[in-house]
Amino acid sequence: MEMLLFTIFACAACGGALAVVLSQNVVRMAFYLVISLGSTAGLFFMLDADFVGATQLLIYVGGTVVLLIFGVMLTASGPFLTIKSSPGDMVQAILVGALFLGMVVVTVLQVDWEGNAVKLEGQYGASSLERPGYNQRGEGHTTRRIGAALLGARFDKDLGKQSGQLSTGYLLPFEVVSVHLLVVLIGAAYLARAKRRVRVPSGS
Amino acid sequence: MEGIGINGFLAVGAVLFACGVICMATKRNGIGVLMGVELVLNGANVNFVAFSKYGPLGLDGQIVSLFVIVLAAAEAAVALAIALNFYNNHLTIDVDRANELQG
Repeated sequence: MEMLLFTIFACAACGGALAVVLSQNVVRMAFYLVISLGSTAGLFFMLDADFVGATQLLIYVGGTVVLLIFGVMLTASGPFLTIKSSPGDMVQAILVGALFLGMVVVTVLQVDWEGNAVKLEGQYGASSLERPGYNQRGEGHTTRRIGAALLGARFDKDLGKQSGQLSTGYLLPFEVVSVHLLVVLIGAAYLARAKRRVRVPSGS
Repeated sequence: MEGIGINGFLAVGAVLFACGVICMATKRNGIGVLMGVELVLNGANVNFVAFSKYGPLGLDGQIVSLFVIVLAAAEAAVALAIALNFYNNHLTIDVDRANELQG
């Protein structure tokens, strides 16, 4: 069952990404992007990351792609819907991309991940997702632990620990991201505000 | 766990990343380039969450992937505003025509 689900989601994610590359129509690209990102959310659910999967669905599929589709609608005028790149560029890019993909896959397959995981567990202790106590793995409830970690308290690492040293939380990155979002909001509103068209090129 | 292992997820992440890079390199539509960036960030997210489950990373990988999702949304908003501005000024969305700063 797990294998079947993984096959479906992985094929949909990779096929959607390939279709985004190969499609020439921008609206269809946006649709294939929705398929790819949604299947990736399914992969996240399979990896016991339910909050990240839900966030992926809400923000990526529900927010970012809708934003992109609005961009397509606002800039779609006749010939710009399907701008083709030259075939030479396409072949070159696909060749380089395939070589890069082959290199990454060969490298990944040569690493002994399980041996590494055993070694690291011996050095640093078991993965916090497997540590018994606050919330068992398999129930999948990562939301509360992620929220506590964003506020600086690491229940998933510190509960039941013998030494007095506390683990690092994510309060400062959380605040930095908050300020960053505020800046982005102001900046995007400033950049995209309606204003008088400066010059109309006569050639096009 | 006997079926998939970490390698399957890493392969999916690699495919998403490579497709995103090709998309960024070949698309001449500015919005298409943005979609390539989204694919690249998404491939990186798959790797983070996979290591979060199979490695000793624990919850940290998931939190980093949350930050990546939020930053990707912010980046898309700003880049889209820039694209709309470019379209308003030049009446095209073709990135090859954005050569005013060329020497």
